[in-house]
Amino acid sequence: MALTSALGTPLRLLLLALVFACGAYLQAQGTLAAVFSHWEDVVYLSRQHVTLAAISGAIAIAIGLPLGIVLTRPAVRPYANIVMQVVNLGTTIPTLAILALAMSVLGIGAPSAIFGLVALTLLPIVLNTIAGLRMVPEHLVEAARGMGMTPGQVLFRVELPNAMFVILAGLRTALAINVGTVPLAFLIGGGGLGELIFSGIDLMEPSTLLAGAIPTALIAILVDFLVGQGQFWLIPRGVNPLR
Amino acid sequence: MIRLERVSKVFGGFTAVDAVDLHVPAGAVCVLLGPSGCGKTTTMKMINRLIQPSGGHIFVNGQDTAEVDEVTLRRSIGYVIQQIGLFPNKTVEDNICVVPDLLGWPRAKSRSRAAELLEMVNLDPGIFLKRYPKELSGGQQQRVGVVRALAADPPVLLMDEPFGAIDPINREVIQDEFMKLQAALKKTIVFVSHDIDEAVKMATHIAIFRDGRLVQHDTPDNILAHPVDAFVSDFVGSDRTLKRLRLIRVEDAMMRDAPRVIAEEPLETAVARMREHGHISIVMVGPRGRARGMIRLDEAEGRKGLVGEHVEPLPGVIKVTDDLRSTVSLMFTHGVTWLACVDDDGFYKGYVTQRSITQLLGATYRD
Repeated sequence: MALTSALGTPLRLLLLALVFACGAYLQAQGTLAAVFSHWEDVVYLSRQHVTLAAISGAIAIAIGLPLGIVLTRPAVRPYANIVMQVVNLGTTIPTLAILALAMSVLGIGAPSAIFGLVALTLLPIVLNTIAGLRMVPEHLVEAARGMGMTPGQVLFRVELPNAMFVILAGLRTALAINVGTVPLAFLIGGGGLGELIFSGIDLMEPSTLLAGAIPTALIAILVDFLVGQGQFWLIPRGVNPLR
Repeated sequence: MIRLERVSKVFGGFTAVDAVDLHVPAGAVCVLLGPSGCGKTTTMKMINRLIQPSGGHIFVNGQDTAEVDEVTLRRSIGYVIQQIGLFPNKTVEDNICVVPDLLGWPRAKSRSRAAELLEMVNLDPGIFLKRYPKELSGGQQQRVGVVRALAADPPVLLMDEPFGAIDPINREVIQDEFMKLQAALKKTIVFVSHDIDEAVKMATHIAIFRDGRLVQHDTPDNILAHPVDAFVSDFVGSDRTLKRLRLIRVEDAMMRDAPRVIAEEPLETAVARMREHGHISIVMVGPRGRARGMIRLDEAEGRKGLVGEHVEPLPGVIKVTDDLRSTVSLMFTHGVTWLACVDDDGFYKGYVTQRSITQLLGATYRD
């Protein structure tokens, strides 16, 4: 701790100086003013972007968590690997290909974009849920059963609290990837900040590109920060390596 | 209290437990003892149905456990495991209250019970209630593990090598604490161990297992004195007679009404008293009967004066509540054949000799 904070202060100052220098340079070039000329678009598309990320993230969590839990139950464990292979497909196929496939089935627009994002986000959530639950020591489960907990009580009072740190770590990765991938949704008419990014690329207008890219990055950082805070505060001190 | 009738467990084609009959009366501590893989843990886990028996019946408090809902059954039986199994996500307080919470006790009642239990094992509730398990030492964790099993005051306790993971010094301390607790609470306990010394120390009954069969079930003294076969005698060790020393207390082996002298008596009286009893030494006591010193026959013979002028210090004294193992150890330490026995306040109660100990141990072998 002492070492990182000792190193942290100069690093932080250096970073701030860099950001300031970049800002000053862009301002001098007039790029900043050009970026802000897109302000209305940025607000509108950001809202769309967040909505896409939120819906696909929520669906991925709603599928991924229960799937991970089910796959660690003793009765299902033998089939876990088969299911994992299917989930793996979501990540091994290039994101663009998934979007293209989704578009050919679901048509142009937000639904196919959401489908693609869910397929992409699912794997880290399922994987970490399984890893987290498998890391709970066998003897804790035995103690819980031996003291008279029902299987549901064992899951909610012992297994999940002790696996939560790893599960939330998976969620953090998954959501960050999700937010960073949403711009691709534009390619199949899903909307979002990709509209500015890809228009910027096509029109060779760096200011338009930045007007899409900077908010995208900020949203990803914000989501990562929020889940990180959740990880810090929601998990009991006894099983939280951060506290 | 706990009765096993021809209980068996078959895993696949392998018979882990083979038609075991066992009765543990109320208030007894029955230690299931044997090498690894002998079926002792499986037997214990069948009592709270963590493992379902393949055959036979188990009765707890007169009721067939197969007819009770397994969750209800387990909540009525305390359970301690070797790895302790405190839940790291819960505070010490919440860990202790797991079963009371499952049973739906009012919060105030269970939380005050937790504080009370911590005090019973000498942990300050003010300090420890709100701590997490990772903030406790191994010994402290094991104490919490034991009181957690006692939280809902179950009449029966199952303990699976509960003191196995603790260093030897702490283990002795915790065993002694637990014995005191048990003396007050009188629970019926089934205790799995592979350590014969622990078994001899804790048990009122020992059940020795081999390859899924119950080989011998008896009191510790009988197991040590009369092992039924070569396996049992090998398992309890070639020093089994020495282990029996632990089971006998000084007051059961000592000679009472021992002759004594006081400082103001002349040496002649001391010599005469030793001759009368055929002793080669005699203990001098203080005015109220505390052991103060000794006079040797060969030193005192033919001399004049008072006992108080010739007295020499006692080589060592042993308390009447100690066991014979420490007595013999003290005898060897000081190279003597007898020791004066005193009570907690130092009053002279009698003496033990090597010969009386040998005779006492020999008595069970002759009958």
